[in-house]
Amino acid sequence: MVSTVNLKRAGVFFFAAFSFQVVGASLPAFAETTPPGDPKAVKDEDGKYFDASGAPTYNIKPDGTVDWFTYSGYRRYHAECHVCHGPDGMGSTYAPALIDSVKVMNFDQFSEVVVGGRQNVGGGNDKVMPSFGLNKNVMCYLDDIYVYLRARSNDALGRVRPAKRDDKTQGTTDAEKACLGE
Amino acid sequence: MRRLLVLTAAAVVTAFAGAPARANDSVLKLTQDPNQWALQTGDYANTRYSKLKQITADNVGKLQVSWTFSTGVLRGHEGSPLVVGDVMYVHTPFPNIVYALDLKNEGKIIWKYEPKQDPNVIPVMCCDTVNRGLAYADGKVFLHQADTKVVALDAQNGKVLWSAQNGDPKKGETNTATVIPVKDKLLVGISGGEFGVRCHMTAYDLKTGKQIWRAYSIGPDSDILVDPEKTTELGKPVGKDSSLKTWQGDQWKTGGGCTWGWYSFDPQTNLVYYGSGNPSTWNPKQRPGDNKWSMTVFARDADTGVAKWVYQMTPHDEWDYDGVNEMILVDQKIDGKDRSLLVHFDRNGFGYTLDRKTGDLLVAEKYDPAVNWATKVDMDRNSPTFGRPMVVARYSTEHGGEDVNTTGICPAALGTKDQQPAAFSPDTGLFYVPTNHVCMDYEPFRVSYTPGQPFVGATLSMFPAPNSHGGMGNFIAWDARQGKIVWSNKEQFSVWSGALATAGGVVFYGTLEGYLKAVDAKTGKELYKFKTPSGIIGNVMTYTHQGKQYVAVLSGVGGWAGIGLAAGLNDPNAGLGAVGGYAALSNYTALGGQLTVFAIP
Repeated sequence: MVSTVNLKRAGVFFFAAFSFQVVGASLPAFAETTPPGDPKAVKDEDGKYFDASGAPTYNIKPDGTVDWFTYSGYRRYHAECHVCHGPDGMGSTYAPALIDSVKVMNFDQFSEVVVGGRQNVGGGNDKVMPSFGLNKNVMCYLDDIYVYLRARSNDALGRVRPAKRDDKTQGTTDAEKACLGE
Repeated sequence: MRRLLVLTAAAVVTAFAGAPARANDSVLKLTQDPNQWALQTGDYANTRYSKLKQITADNVGKLQVSWTFSTGVLRGHEGSPLVVGDVMYVHTPFPNIVYALDLKNEGKIIWKYEPKQDPNVIPVMCCDTVNRGLAYADGKVFLHQADTKVVALDAQNGKVLWSAQNGDPKKGETNTATVIPVKDKLLVGISGGEFGVRCHMTAYDLKTGKQIWRAYSIGPDSDILVDPEKTTELGKPVGKDSSLKTWQGDQWKTGGGCTWGWYSFDPQTNLVYYGSGNPSTWNPKQRPGDNKWSMTVFARDADTGVAKWVYQMTPHDEWDYDGVNEMILVDQKIDGKDRSLLVHFDRNGFGYTLDRKTGDLLVAEKYDPAVNWATKVDMDRNSPTFGRPMVVARYSTEHGGEDVNTTGICPAALGTKDQQPAAFSPDTGLFYVPTNHVCMDYEPFRVSYTPGQPFVGATLSMFPAPNSHGGMGNFIAWDARQGKIVWSNKEQFSVWSGALATAGGVVFYGTLEGYLKAVDAKTGKELYKFKTPSGIIGNVMTYTHQGKQYVAVLSGVGGWAGIGLAAGLNDPNAGLGAVGGYAALSNYTALGGQLTVFAIP
């Protein structure tokens, strides 16, 4: 069952709203991309950090403590993404290294690919990324996954499970529940 | 040495000479002839043993490449070619091309079949678009495509004789497995455990493709084809609603239990043997109960599909230890008594020996000493937990609970062995097993189900088994009568290639770096290696042509191994200093589908 209601909830939770049709909207293989710019966090909204362009970013303290979203992104990446893209965003024989991809694509472009999917078929090396637009396990954690990959791509975080992290705020817990429809 | 009998096709044919058709006559005839290779598994018993002995432990060192063939596909290449008469049938991963090559004419392509499939099936396939190969019977070549279309091709010209749709990729139903022709039926499994698919085994009419029976792994008795009174587990009737009772509410409807492994058949018992996969999701807290009949060995009547016996190896899975690995059917003596055995190397790290007629559990021992999630399988027949693994709380992700990272679990979700099939030699009485030597941290968390979308619910990180040789694999010889490792060769990477045992006293396997290796069946001593163009996740096979023995293997790195190991593993507990401390597969090999055929010049 595809739930419009839940998608709307996701849209509320993720201030990035996607107006194009989700299902079957596959981007061409080599869409124009823009690098994401300086990852420096300039704004903190209830434990969630944003860069100067308004895109979500990581915030890692000198003692290695990561923000909740970087930590959550680590977990969600290794549940939803790694079965194709390999551990730690490093890529695989099957799909590209996302720690490289997010160096050249900004948050909006990243989100478009996750929501709409992507196809690069033919030549005996068919690559197809599905649309995750209806998958709450991904969509409710899109920022988290992006923030994690962004930290990895800038070597702000190594190939390790973050040892220390900020706590999850009540606001984040509430928003997560609302997004998941719980 | 005691004389050991394998249940070979030959023996069966002799036993039933003149009787009405049992098994499939054409398959029996072909699989008893070592000059051909008509089933992926070599024979119905899945022994992967060849009686050919031109290539021996003494001369295998002189092996050379005889000829090669590029498949034109870059994805992971599992399975092996078939040889029937003068023709070799080669398959590829998605798009699932089939080539018929003329062995009389230097491998010239006689025909090529390339199905049109919606590429949207690609990302629905968990862990690469592999396909574990074709089967041959009655002049037909059978292919089960990624999109779950089953096709029967005319072996002469590649024309489609019939096709049947086994599942719906839009719901996450896909296929990676081979099929097995049994009597007048073709048995077909399905994948989708990471998408909440409720999986099944289906029999189609070999001549027409009409569905004859379908047996789900999970669900009401009428769906799972059990007889509550007659179907047994460890000697006791399973009773009414044996599956439903072990799930909460409607969770069984997205329960998994997929059937993507290998299938074997015993013409004497008329039973088909296979295992079912993990229950969905990977978060055990979200599905209380034993989750029957996931993680189960099934013995089903080939004609009706009704289960004679079942045995659930990993009740209430907490680690993704699919039970799909091959069931190898052999006849060996245990305690001086001739036994009809089923030997199975499970993902969970235990090597099981069962009586294949009754499903009685005889041996269950760890085939990698690193295995730690359970201390042992309870072998006390009087115990209420007889046959169940004794789970160690520290490594239980159920015990640890949601959002808790349970660390240091061995084996990893890859299993001590994944689908890569073992071989059995009746000459030595030993099993030759390609294994993974990898452990993991596993953190389950809550997920919601969306049809056609991944339904995983756990975060994993994997690393080579600690306090060992630092490699990620072993190639071992196993005595299933006693449950003991006889010898073990360490490997840098997981061994993801199916083994081949031969009467020449040589055992072959491939490695992820791309080596084809030959070892002495008795000692494990390496006798030969050759680096093929890409990592090997295919299975080694052998045949003769014009009186000469050949050994063939598909290269083409990929699959779960290629995804997990391409960038190398990292010990999550070793801190930043260990980054890059373990071998990255990408430093050794790259994509490329190729068949390499070896012979002694």
